Amino acid sequence: MELFWYIAIGIVLAVFFVLDGYDFGAGIIHLFFAKEEKDKEVITKSAGLFWDSNEVWLVAAGGMLFMAFPTFYASVFSGFYLPLIIVLWLIVFRAIGLEFRGQFKYQMWKDIWDKSFGVSSLLLALFFGIALGNIVRGVNLGSVENGVSAHEGHYFFLPLWDGSFSPLTEHPGVIDWFTIIIGLIAVVTLAIHGANWIILKTNSSINNKLKGVIFKLNIALAVLTVFSLIVWLYVNPNSLDNFSQKPYLLVFPVIYLTGLIGLFFIKKIKKDSHAFALSSLLIIGGIASSLASLFPVILPSVNDVHEHLTIYNTSASEYGLSVALTWGIIGFALIVVYFIIQKRLMSGKIDNMDYGH
Amino acid sequence: MEDMIFYDRLQFAFTITFHYIFPQLTMGLSLLIVFFKWKYLRNNIEKYNNAAKFLMKIFAINFTMGVVTGIPMEFQFGTNWAKFSELTGGIIGQTLAMEGMFSFFLESSFLALFIFGEKLMGQKLHFLTGFLVFLGSWASGWFILATNAWMQHPVGYEILDNGKFVLENFSALFSNPWLLPAFLHNQLASVVTSSFVVASIGAFYILRNKHSEYGKLFLKTGVIFGLVSSVLVAFPTGDWNAKNVAKHQPGAFAAMEGIFETEHAGAEIVLIGQPNMVDKKLDNKIAVPNILSFLTYQEWDKQIPGMDQFEEDELPDNIPALYYSYHIMVGLGTIFIGVMALALFFLWRKKLYTIKPLLWTIMFLVPFPYIANLTGWYTAELGRQPYLVYGLLRTSDGISPTVSSGNTLFTLLGFVALYMLLGLLFLVLVGKTINQGPTPQKH
Ligand code: HDD
Ligand code: HEM
Ligand code: HEM
Repeated sequence: MELFWYIAIGIVLAVFFVLDGYDFGAGIIHLFFAKEEKDKEVITKSAGLFWDSNEVWLVAAGGMLFMAFPTFYASVFSGFYLPLIIVLWLIVFRAIGLEFRGQFKYQMWKDIWDKSFGVSSLLLALFFGIALGNIVRGVNLGSVENGVSAHEGHYFFLPLWDGSFSPLTEHPGVIDWFTIIIGLIAVVTLAIHGANWIILKTNSSINNKLKGVIFKLNIALAVLTVFSLIVWLYVNPNSLDNFSQKPYLLVFPVIYLTGLIGLFFIKKIKKDSHAFALSSLLIIGGIASSLASLFPVILPSVNDVHEHLTIYNTSASEYGLSVALTWGIIGFALIVVYFIIQKRLMSGKIDNMDYGH
Repeated sequence: MEDMIFYDRLQFAFTITFHYIFPQLTMGLSLLIVFFKWKYLRNNIEKYNNAAKFLMKIFAINFTMGVVTGIPMEFQFGTNWAKFSELTGGIIGQTLAMEGMFSFFLESSFLALFIFGEKLMGQKLHFLTGFLVFLGSWASGWFILATNAWMQHPVGYEILDNGKFVLENFSALFSNPWLLPAFLHNQLASVVTSSFVVASIGAFYILRNKHSEYGKLFLKTGVIFGLVSSVLVAFPTGDWNAKNVAKHQPGAFAAMEGIFETEHAGAEIVLIGQPNMVDKKLDNKIAVPNILSFLTYQEWDKQIPGMDQFEEDELPDNIPALYYSYHIMVGLGTIFIGVMALALFFLWRKKLYTIKPLLWTIMFLVPFPYIANLTGWYTAELGRQPYLVYGLLRTSDGISPTVSSGNTLFTLLGFVALYMLLGLLFLVLVGKTINQGPTPQKH
């Protein structure tokens, strides 16, 4: 049962990053490349129509995590207190940027909300990557100092950073050079994904240019990937064990690589939806590989006093998990139906359409 | 420790108060939108469709605010109430996760279609998407109230040796005797809010002599919906809730009603009075004997336990706030019925649109249903103290062990600043929308 919910939550999170990822990415591209009002408008529209139904996946993942792994939820949310509050602020500014930009016609008003949308998309992508970095690196569970714990073994509290910015100290902070690298990977990945989305959904004048941008970003991504792999092993030396013990898990890195290699041919790809699919593979493969390398751990402990948090020592009761399975299946089925209806009715390029607004 | 609890509570109270301003309009307004859309389907008069689409614009702004202030609520369970989440997540996690799955997805998927899809879908489907948005928002209320009902009156659980609550009976969460009355009362209260908002917009248009055709439509609809829901909110649902509190949270009930001492015959109902916590009595009291016993138990001389019957640490910790909240809600409820009944009378006599003082009153009444809703929640939440899970888990045992009071104070100040900005934007945008009015735009 734990395993089932772990996988289900993993899938919901991956869907969240594929879906909301494109509007984060659209925000990043918009920030750096959209210069003309027409492009700005159509890009914000391509994100603005969907951000809410995309963000629900995050809310749902949160709810499911709370239900299935309450101890983990409690530990992580209180331990990463400050970064989470920052994330909340960014979510707010992104959303209102998208929703409010069109409310007045003044240039200044639009500029403010454009920046609000763009900058918070960029920072959110960075923070989500940093979050993943923290999970991989592990934290000082129980806030142990000289062998003495300040809290119960499943609680901790991280400062935003520690003076050394090193992932290997006894008290790592949220931001260190390792988590920053993972954060950058997230930014680059989502920027590629967002660019693909813009190409797919709009006729903006920068579409052709964006293909070149994707190509360059992809080179950066390849370099970062190799580099991060090396530091990853340095920070968490056991991270390949799962793959050698269960070789079938290697499909996840392969999925990632397919996306990465495929995107080098971006200029030759005829169908825009194929390019979008490739960047989706990047995201899915990246998340799944990271989770698979930790499994069944979901938050490693960097001290020897307290054990890692795993899906087994943080889960709710067996009964709770199995009733939730029953309603969960119904819920998932409904969501798939809504999703298909929505994408059907709103398929095609945004700017070709008149929605009767 | 003490100030940790204080700031955590203050932050939760502040953020939920702000959040709840928005959903109460969302839920009620979606009903009115569906109503107008339905009228349009039936008789094909363009006016109704325009009215629905106009209200939808206000709805959309309000909805955005509801979403962005709702996400911090979900986070806060983990960030500030970690111990509570750890211990009860196996139970309230169920209802919260169901809310995400069954209501937020429904609402957000169809909202975009409702706003942008009229031409794409045709009128029948457009009505249907509106209806699904309504369904989603009411389902959201249902699940969140199921969560709250469990905290007020825990059922279907088992407590393990390590203090964890585990679910023992899933269906008990939804057959909780606290849930149905709370849900009906709360939803009707949100219909009150939106009827008052719509009536107030109507009164504004008539007084300004602008968009008056819509002004009349909004005023009429608002008054009719407003009267019906105001009556239903008081009776039977308000009364039903009061009986529940008396039965399951007798200490809270005594504090709400301001009964310091148990009286041997029946209990009086207090209309006016100020709690004096030093002498443990009500100052300058006006009360009617025996009514409370009758209202609660239909027996004139039934004894109702006063606060003297409970240990100090079993009673709510802020009795005056609880008492005032309750009396403000009930007092406002009574006023709402009065004003709307008067308005309906003049509507029937076909004079309403010309009686200026009444129009002004209706226009300026708009903050009060919000106040009634918020004080209603304060009654429920302050009455639950000193427990998080009534009778089982104390509020002091639920906070995050690792988050210091300084951090919470810091983030609380941040929320205050952020929400002031949001509130301002909200008012500007809604004001602008109302000012533009429901006349169809030309393309
Ligand atoms: C427009 C808003 C509004 C109005 C006019 C009223 N209420 Fe109310 N009341 C609420 C809005 C509300 C609420 C915000 O919706 C609450 C909070 C929790 C809930 O389920 O509904 C609530 C809760 C609530 C409770 C539960 C308190 C607890 O759980 O401890 C009681 C006993 C009443 N109400 C009683 C009444 C009575 C007798 C009213 C007579 C006029 C009344 N309410 C009018
Ligand atoms: C239905 C969902 C709700 C849940 C699950 C919920 C839960 C909580 C929790 C966990 C706390 C903090 C602990 C405590 O102080 O007891 C709290 C406090 C509080 N809530 Fe709620 N709440 C809900 C709805 C509301 C609403 C809609 C309002 C008002 C608008 C409200 C008003 C308050 C207030 C004023 C407090 C502070 C009370 C105090 O600390 O003395 N609540 N609630
Ligand atoms: C502590 C309690 C609460 C939590 C954790 C919470 C959580 C949330 C979240 C996460 C959202 C955003 C959903 C999205 O992304 O679409 C939201 C919106 C919403 N909430 Fe709350 N909420 C709480 C209290 C309440 C209460 C008391 C009600 C009503 C009875 C309510 C009704 C709604 C509705 C109808 C929405 C949709 C958006 C809107 O209407 O503005 N919530 N809430």
